[in-house]
Amino acid sequence: MPYSEVDRLSNAALHQSLDGIFCFDVSSGRNYEELIEALASLSRGEQDFSLHWAMVAAQTHLEIAYLVVLLMPDALRRLGAKPAEAWVVAALDGFDRIGLRNAVIRLRDIEGFARGAVGHAISLESLEGRLARFLRGLSGRSLQVAAAETAWTDTATVFLPPAIDIGSRDAATSCYMAMATLLWAQGRYGTFNVDLEAALSGVRDRAIALAWLALLEAVRLTARLERDLPGLRSGLEALTGNLPPELNAARSILAAPEATVGDSLVWLHARPALLEQMPPPFPLLGELRPEAAQRVRMARIQRQAEVLRLSIAELVAALREEQGVREVEVASDAEQLEMRVIVDGQELTLPPEGLAAAQSLIQDLGEIPPELLVPAGPAEWNPAGQPGSGKTSTMETRADFLLDEWDYRRQAYRRQWCHLYLQTVAGADAAYVPAVRARHAPLIQQLRRRFEAMRGEDRMLRRQADGPEVDMDALVEAIADRRGGAEPSQRLFCRRQRDERSLAAVFLVDMSGSTEGWINDAEREALVLLCEALEMLDDRYAIWGFSGWTRTRCDLYRIKEFDDPYDAAVQARIAAIKPRDYTRMGPPIRYLTQRLLAEPAKHRLLVTLSDGRPDDFGDEYRSQYGIEDTRQALLEARQAGVRSFCVTIDKNGADYLKHMYGPAAYAVLDDVRKLPLKVAEIYRKLTF
Amino acid sequence: MNHPKIHALAPELETFASEPFYQVIGNERDLFEAAARKKLPVLLKGPTGCGKTRFVEYMAWKLGRPLVTVACHDDLTSADLVGRYLLAGEETVWLDGPLTAAVRAGAICYLDEVVEARKDTTVVIHPLTDTRRVLPVEKRGELVRAPDDFLLVVSYNPGYQSVLKELKQSTRQRFVALNFDYPPPALEASIVARETGIALATAEQLVKVAGLTRNLKGQGLDEGASTRLLVHAGHLVAAGVQPRDACQAAIGQALSDDSDAVASVDDLIRAVF
Repeated sequence: MPYSEVDRLSNAALHQSLDGIFCFDVSSGRNYEELIEALASLSRGEQDFSLHWAMVAAQTHLEIAYLVVLLMPDALRRLGAKPAEAWVVAALDGFDRIGLRNAVIRLRDIEGFARGAVGHAISLESLEGRLARFLRGLSGRSLQVAAAETAWTDTATVFLPPAIDIGSRDAATSCYMAMATLLWAQGRYGTFNVDLEAALSGVRDRAIALAWLALLEAVRLTARLERDLPGLRSGLEALTGNLPPELNAARSILAAPEATVGDSLVWLHARPALLEQMPPPFPLLGELRPEAAQRVRMARIQRQAEVLRLSIAELVAALREEQGVREVEVASDAEQLEMRVIVDGQELTLPPEGLAAAQSLIQDLGEIPPELLVPAGPAEWNPAGQPGSGKTSTMETRADFLLDEWDYRRQAYRRQWCHLYLQTVAGADAAYVPAVRARHAPLIQQLRRRFEAMRGEDRMLRRQADGPEVDMDALVEAIADRRGGAEPSQRLFCRRQRDERSLAAVFLVDMSGSTEGWINDAEREALVLLCEALEMLDDRYAIWGFSGWTRTRCDLYRIKEFDDPYDAAVQARIAAIKPRDYTRMGPPIRYLTQRLLAEPAKHRLLVTLSDGRPDDFGDEYRSQYGIEDTRQALLEARQAGVRSFCVTIDKNGADYLKHMYGPAAYAVLDDVRKLPLKVAEIYRKLTF
Repeated sequence: MNHPKIHALAPELETFASEPFYQVIGNERDLFEAAARKKLPVLLKGPTGCGKTRFVEYMAWKLGRPLVTVACHDDLTSADLVGRYLLAGEETVWLDGPLTAAVRAGAICYLDEVVEARKDTTVVIHPLTDTRRVLPVEKRGELVRAPDDFLLVVSYNPGYQSVLKELKQSTRQRFVALNFDYPPPALEASIVARETGIALATAEQLVKVAGLTRNLKGQGLDEGASTRLLVHAGHLVAAGVQPRDACQAAIGQALSDDSDAVASVDDLIRAVF
């Protein structure tokens, strides 16, 4: 600060400055003493800083200005000058949007602001899912997002720096968006659709040429994106705002709607002088790595061509069988990424995977090459022989089921990734259930009464031949019919029917190692109470326990099947539930969803009891991956018509639970002892 | 005889004095006209909000026939369609249901989202959909013969995942089926512009947003934005709302309650506006 201690403003000078801002009326009961006291402790520079921001704040509201002066010493100490500015601005912003009261609360929470403002950096990790979904929305083709020191793309994965710090979190987010979009555009608008290696073979220094080409492509793609996605303009301008002046001459050519990577190459080759030296570095625009991109692109083309060929072949084969030889035409539209298959003048709709493959091919090739039309018989296609499905079983035994798993970074499934084994728990301790029953006798009585009441509160069946109540509607209609000369109906009663519940429920119990102790006890007691209560109803229910040890060993323990009566054997198996390994939640949810769908019930319910976030041995399942996979499995269940409800015992879970259980409903218990009562209650409420 | 007054809603026979706006996409108009001429019932299938209802209104206008629309729901009984006796003082009065009214009037009867109706209810339409073309009104002991102008049209959305919302084969195989989808982008933009009065350029941007959200179908969204949602957004824009805000309210929030999904749609909206 450019002032020494002696330059500090005197109390009188401070009084005068403050009066200039606040103009307190003596009768208002307010005075400057508190503020002068606060300011007096600051250096001259800090005093000026405080008074400046008080003046700014006073334009909005005097109360805020008052607090700014009062709290500034604390804010300067804890935040420093620059963030203190942001702290005032945030409060003023808050006033604009949410009113004085909230602005004051925000202003007083310097601590909270300090936590939020620890650097303005934003990490790629926190944005990965969002970026991947965004890119998927742009093209319908899934792209992975991954961290790397340099930004680049191989057209299947967009590599971005692990963190960006440019002033504010918003700016960093928008920067990430723009970078990702620009890299996506390389694949979408054909930067790699010519053989760049061959095109640059004549140049003296390949690295220099590629660096210039990357800048030229950035110019071309930015122009293209600004036309197609004008909302990204400001973000893109931040990236390409100060490109070297040499490129200005290229803008008009490359901004033309029909410009391609070929135009960039032609422009570059015409200026050998540029190729003498490296352009200045633009790390945010990323590098071109044609060899990697070409490899990925060729593999993808081959794969998608296979899928498309097969889709068309299947369509045509079905027709050919019925009506003989067909003439097949294919038209593709690069702009809209659309392909139409016309057989003998009739347009056919491809199955979704065929359409997706066509879209992808048009992006990579600009059109669908005619040689794809050579029909291949379906017999040539062998799904088991698909490369890269990642099936590497370490188990000698064969899994009962192979299940897909969702990889959120790819925004795609890993096919047949998890090996699910169905196990039966050996029953133990026949005395356990009677003991629980005795211990909780009053509670069980209470639950049974409540559940019994549900039977009576079921759907009313009207127009019955007999029943306890008269159906007024039916009676009126019968009288009306008789008057009208028609034969009146004899079905004049209504009856409550419990069969109408038509409900199948599965309870999925966490048997991971972390449930050891209290939680396991609570789970078992919860199941006993639940079964005792459920016996009052005719709902079909099953109980399964799950545990896992990596994706190659997901175990599902049969405790009660739908058809099993709640007998001594089931009771012994409940007693035998014990903590085992890890919590890989996706596979059991997926499998049991299928089991539920096979039930002939009208409503299907999946209730999971677990003790926290998904976790598995040694792999990434314990990270965001597991949360996303569990979420996806619950989404699938919902889409298939299975309602799910998740009960979790986790005091600290609130941050990810909302996201993970978003597709389902959930309850978080902070006290494990509430579990036994809670589970039965939740079931009652859900099926009421 | 002088009946006491009864208070009941008689089914509405809608007639269209002016042409409802409908943009023909393919051969649907010709097929529909041919089916109407040959007295074949029509099934319209397609995602929600792609213009099925508007198409029926347009065809009713074009064919010069009245239209009766029934929005089906899972408590719809056959009496709701066919009709019932009402008591009026000491008298009974028969009130035709919408289906009976349509048959008598030689109208187009449009059962919207027919899969929502109970399965036993859909069976009452069976005798109307084959060569008999009759509607038995059991309560009155009457067999209502459909005049040549009567046409039954039903719609359903095959996108439903639920196994309960499938149309039975015995029902669906009685219809000529027309497949509807969202119109191609250029047409969709002109539809939105025409319907809402906004500039074509803005309508094109709205359509672009819709296309992007349709890419997210199955990835957090159950459905992409329909043409109807675009029209809503367009109306908001025409009323002076900023396009971005209009899209967030009419598209993003309308598509999902999941905060991640809404945020993704929001990102896509921002990319366009």
